[in-house]
Amino acid sequence: MTDDWRLGGFGLYVHWPFCQAKCPYCDFNSHVTARIDQVRWRNALLSELDRVAAQTPDRLLNSIFFGGGTPSLMEPETVAEIIERACQHWTPANDIEITLEANPGSVEAGRFQGYRDGGVNRVSMGVQALNDADLRRLGRLHTVAEAQAAFDVARACFDRVSFDLIYARQDQSLAEWRTELGTALDMAIDHLSLYQLTIEDGTAFGDRFAAGKLRGLPDDDLSADMYELTQELCEARGLPMYEVSNHARPGAESRHNLIYWQAGDYVGIGPGAHGRVTINGKRFATESTRAPGAWLAGVDAGSGETLRTQLSGLERAEEYLMMGLRLRRGLDVSRYETLAGQPLPEQPRKKLVDLGMINDTGSEIVVQKQGFMVLNAVISEFLAS
Amino acid sequence: MTPLSHIRNFSIVAHIDHGKSTLADRLIQETNTVSLREMKEQMLDSMDIERERGITIKAQTVRINYTADNGEDYVLNLIDTPGHVDFAYEVSRSMRAVEGSLLVVDSTQGVEAQTLANVYQAIDADHEIVPVLNKIDLPATDCDRVAEQIEDVIGIDASGAIRVSAKTGVGIHETLEAIVHHLPAPKGDRDAPLKAMLVDSWYDSYLGVIVLVRIMDGVLKKGDRVRMMQNGSVHHVDRIGVFRPAMTTVDELGPGEIGFLTASIKQVRDTRVGDTITHEKNGCAKALPGFKPAQPVVFCGLFPVDSAEFEDLRDAIEKLALNDASFSFEMETSAALGFGFRCGFLGLLHLEVVRDRIEREYDIDLITTAPSVVYHVYMRDGEMTELHNPADMPDLTHVDHLEEPRIKATILVPDDYLGDVLKLCQDRRGIQLDLTYAGSRAMVVYDLPLNEVVFDFYDRLKSVTKGYASFDYQLTEYRQDNLVKMSILVNDEPVDALSMMVHRDRAEARGRAMVEKLKDLIPRHMFKIPIQAAIGGKVIARETLSAMRKDVTAKCYGGDATRKKKLLEKQKKGKKRMRQFGKVDIPQEAFISALKMDS
Repeated sequence: MTDDWRLGGFGLYVHWPFCQAKCPYCDFNSHVTARIDQVRWRNALLSELDRVAAQTPDRLLNSIFFGGGTPSLMEPETVAEIIERACQHWTPANDIEITLEANPGSVEAGRFQGYRDGGVNRVSMGVQALNDADLRRLGRLHTVAEAQAAFDVARACFDRVSFDLIYARQDQSLAEWRTELGTALDMAIDHLSLYQLTIEDGTAFGDRFAAGKLRGLPDDDLSADMYELTQELCEARGLPMYEVSNHARPGAESRHNLIYWQAGDYVGIGPGAHGRVTINGKRFATESTRAPGAWLAGVDAGSGETLRTQLSGLERAEEYLMMGLRLRRGLDVSRYETLAGQPLPEQPRKKLVDLGMINDTGSEIVVQKQGFMVLNAVISEFLAS
Repeated sequence: MTPLSHIRNFSIVAHIDHGKSTLADRLIQETNTVSLREMKEQMLDSMDIERERGITIKAQTVRINYTADNGEDYVLNLIDTPGHVDFAYEVSRSMRAVEGSLLVVDSTQGVEAQTLANVYQAIDADHEIVPVLNKIDLPATDCDRVAEQIEDVIGIDASGAIRVSAKTGVGIHETLEAIVHHLPAPKGDRDAPLKAMLVDSWYDSYLGVIVLVRIMDGVLKKGDRVRMMQNGSVHHVDRIGVFRPAMTTVDELGPGEIGFLTASIKQVRDTRVGDTITHEKNGCAKALPGFKPAQPVVFCGLFPVDSAEFEDLRDAIEKLALNDASFSFEMETSAALGFGFRCGFLGLLHLEVVRDRIEREYDIDLITTAPSVVYHVYMRDGEMTELHNPADMPDLTHVDHLEEPRIKATILVPDDYLGDVLKLCQDRRGIQLDLTYAGSRAMVVYDLPLNEVVFDFYDRLKSVTKGYASFDYQLTEYRQDNLVKMSILVNDEPVDALSMMVHRDRAEARGRAMVEKLKDLIPRHMFKIPIQAAIGGKVIARETLSAMRKDVTAKCYGGDATRKKKLLEKQKKGKKRMRQFGKVDIPQEAFISALKMDS
């Protein structure tokens, strides 16, 4: 149990909290600011990296992920230095995956070569929609043409390029989504993230929704139809889902995200970054200060971390269940039971099998197609008992 | 002790919101009964729920010292009475303890149904009545019209009505003078044997039961040994006093005075309201005519959402009952809800007040089952039993017929809304008894079955008349009708807590409304759920709640694990407010909301 994290691997997450504009649907820790002192930020991130690395020596590093915010606003030198320092602290795996999230704008495209030279080997682009009107509604600054141009630059620089789309948008019909997804699949190389629009509290969309002013959102039935259609089309084009919202050619799954879903260890640096680290057999959940200024001040004073909670065996098991059931490959029952120190409850297993939501082989719980659509309810069945 | 000629005892009759409590506050303030520092809005409404809902539930009393313009010092005793129809019995007994009433009418609104009901009780009690027209500071005030209406509808002289703004204080002094000069002094004989009326009683955790008394004859002193004439019990009086409105002890209470006594009495049930209190030795010969005790008319089940809280609920109910003799309870077991209590109330407001107090003061989440009236079930062998709970309905083969309670309802409404009110009464199986006009307001009197009124009639009435109608009722008789028990099945399992008695002719409509409502109230599950209404084995309405199609978090990465866990924990808590029936979770609100009808 002490080395359980090895089953999921080990990764580094770097959070860059700045954006050129705040998107109305986004509830990530992102901020818009006039000027960024790149040198100060670089030094602060490196200092945090040194701090967390000292607590997790002798690890094999499977992945680095630059997320945000908009990490493609980072100077390539900053990215390169962080990668270099990480590879000094830990041994990089032979197949290490180093991903950077990028906005599909022309400015970013100009930096792609620099990121590649610094060690980035995969980009994930926030294309979001293939329709200019909807891009504006989503508050995006780029156009479809710019996104496609940036995408072409990216695929010239990197072997692995993924992009995100948001669907189940306002006033989107099933037929429109079919067409748009078809175009996306024509572009796709080996990986696609397809998210249904979620209205989060504390966002501009959230406020508008609460005021009853966000019209044209699909009802449950339409969004369920869209989800089903998405699975069908992606499967047919060789990009089957491997996680609720993620699709890849076999072997091209995001290694970094698999660390999360398989309950591996990850250190998180940067404002608001979370981590899960196993130290001397105990697993901790860590959180960093969210506000960029306060985080910098914290780092200057020795640490950007604000919270470190030890997780009990059952909590670890429940996290593994919550995350693991999102994967098509399913949940390893004996791993759950080792962590929890108790058997996976029989009653929800039986009920969910009867309802056709899961397949239970005894050693594995594999969520079925209709189970993925109501995964929160499936997970609740396990957690409630 | 104050001479009889310088005592005035009075109550205030008013409709809700016509400013009774504010007027009482002003009288207290004007006479410096309470220092400004201690003054809070609605002094006499001591429970949070009373203040929140702007209603008075228990009768409250206050003694006011007033030096009139003629230079004489008077003692004014005000008994503030509840305005709501559920608590009409409190009003009637309080009226017997005083000689006069202020009739407060909102000069922007006019006379309302509850004003009528209460003023007739005052007239029955031979009160002298001083009309007060309140809210004259508002632009919509129309004193002449309202005075005329008082004369037309109630039939008392309103020419000398005092014009008051309890809000600004205009007319308060005149009101005090009118109390002194227009209301009669009480009568009584100081030398006669003690004869005191037990007006009310309540439980105080420090002092035990506090008994509110009105002395008719004789003198009550601390240390006296007194006898309750009805049950013969004897008590040693350990404290007597008056309310200003805080409890203040005095040495004695003489004829005409209103005050309290404590005598180490443990339970409110040991003191019978309306009883006569006299001395153990040399007592009075004849008791005062008593009051009829209030009978619960609405019954429902109260169950803890978390069955582990049953003992806490028992404790809460027992404590509340200590202070409220009109509320009855007995243990009940429901196949679906487990252990709980079948409780009887004076009306729906009473029910809501008790339920709110249990949830708030004792922090217990409750499931309240469908309120029901008391039916008389006549068996084939001629025997009659009372049915308090539809789940206890005996096998039909043994039943000869059923009778249900009927009421006489009085509704006052501006004639613009008359049509809607008539339709509402008609829809509720009402029989029109009378329809008269006073100005542009209509007064309709209906004979209605109580079971059609008990649940949401008042809400519906308020909504179809935009709040302009007022309503009061009294029970009249039991009458035979074609009544049946309707059961509700969720996912093919009967939910006994949702079963109800309905009129056969209305069963289909009621059943359809119920299953449609439940379809909205029960959250979607991972499977489809049939919801049916049935009479005996015959299904009369059916809906299907389709299966949940989509409920999945789109994005879940490193930072989301913590967040998602919190979300699921919240959901888990939400589930605690649900009850499981077979495979289906039913939220607790469903039990009461399902019964509210939209038309």
